[in-house]
Amino acid sequence: MNAGQRQWFFGCSLAAFVGLLLWGVLGLPPLGHYRGPYGDAINQAVVAQRHATDAIAAVNFDYRGVDTIVEEFILFASVAGCTLLLRQQRDEEAGMARTRALEGRMGQTSAAVTALGLTLAVPVALLGWYVVTHGQLTPGGGFQGGTIMASGAVFLYLAGEYVTLRRLNPPPLLEVLEALGAGGYILIGFAGMATGAAFLQNVLPLGRVGQVNSAGTIWVISMSVGMEVAAAFVLLATEFMEQALDLRQRRRI
Amino acid sequence: MTDALQAATLVLAAAGGLAVVITRDVVRQALMMSLFGLLLAILFFAFQAPDVALSEIAVGTIVIPVLLLFTIAKVRNQEKER
Amino acid sequence: MSLLPWFVVVWLFAVGLYGIVTSRDLIHQVICLTVIQSSTYVLLLAIGYRRGAAAPVFATLPSSSSAVDPVVQALALTDIVVEATVLALLLALTVQAGKRFGTIDPQQLHALRG
Repeated sequence: MNAGQRQWFFGCSLAAFVGLLLWGVLGLPPLGHYRGPYGDAINQAVVAQRHATDAIAAVNFDYRGVDTIVEEFILFASVAGCTLLLRQQRDEEAGMARTRALEGRMGQTSAAVTALGLTLAVPVALLGWYVVTHGQLTPGGGFQGGTIMASGAVFLYLAGEYVTLRRLNPPPLLEVLEALGAGGYILIGFAGMATGAAFLQNVLPLGRVGQVNSAGTIWVISMSVGMEVAAAFVLLATEFMEQALDLRQRRRI
Repeated sequence: MTDALQAATLVLAAAGGLAVVITRDVVRQALMMSLFGLLLAILFFAFQAPDVALSEIAVGTIVIPVLLLFTIAKVRNQEKER
Repeated sequence: MSLLPWFVVVWLFAVGLYGIVTSRDLIHQVICLTVIQSSTYVLLLAIGYRRGAAAPVFATLPSSSSAVDPVVQALALTDIVVEATVLALLLALTVQAGKRFGTIDPQQLHALRG
């Protein structure tokens, strides 16, 4: 099939598909007339049942907790696949020799970018921590907070401090944190079974509404997810950064 | 008021999606992507979804553009080597 | 107005699909995929929206007042984060394809079976 035929074929199928999709969505109730019973049921019950004031965190980490485990393992598997694909092609220089070699390749980061990156990194990471720990009270939770915490680390990388940080050799530590976060979620699930309740049942004391450590397992799971997501994104940034640095060396040769 | 805000953000998001797709230069596209992420975040706020907006701001405006720019740097250099 | 969100959903899906089919660059293609994905977020949030209702956060809101559906929001928010890691996986595959085949133009890749 040549390009012209292909585009013609695509045009026809797209028209048919869009027609089908429009027919489908136009059968939905008009905007603003929500009908489903589940959202209302949860909104009515969440504060009394779970002592959580953010219904979304309660749905994520409690009412639909098993669903979130699967989501979390999609994330886990993608990150594992990424590191597998990218590490395979890295060259053989190892350890400190490589760190010193990378130092020469970093190039110059502008002073303004360095200053801004270093200034923002810690407040952003703290904001992420706040969002993780207050997930059951106000908008937030492990997924959002974890991403924000990881952004703090990305700012450090952008500030040109990557080589300094590399001396600490972050990947093994990050991998352990990520695995702990993913495994912790499952373990909390089993904690429910250990006390004779169902998998992922909220068995911890619920606390007073509005307390930072209220809402039983929702709070613990949120922390565990936050740790996993933050470690996963920092690991991804590290791997891609290594890739981007590898090529600067070749350019120089 | 809410209706007007929602309509405006919906139209902006539709335009943003088109702009992302028709930008053929990938570096510019990465920046358009981050702008589109911001537009979507405002849209989510207008639909009373602060959690989703928070998630979209963090992912769409920081994580995705950074990963994209690193990949573009890598791939461009692979091409230059040949 | 009441139909606008559905049109935007279909529009984003169709535009992203068009971008994928006509793309000459795997990175461009990956970004177009995220545009398609964003159409699902708009769809979910529009379905769960109720006119005049507040966000489902009861920190300052009495729990009897009307709020939008938290279930669809929970689905969308986890997917946004997971989407970013899947995007990273696709980008890693792009890097690998560039290394193996020397091109990231999908229209030339088909001739080079791996």
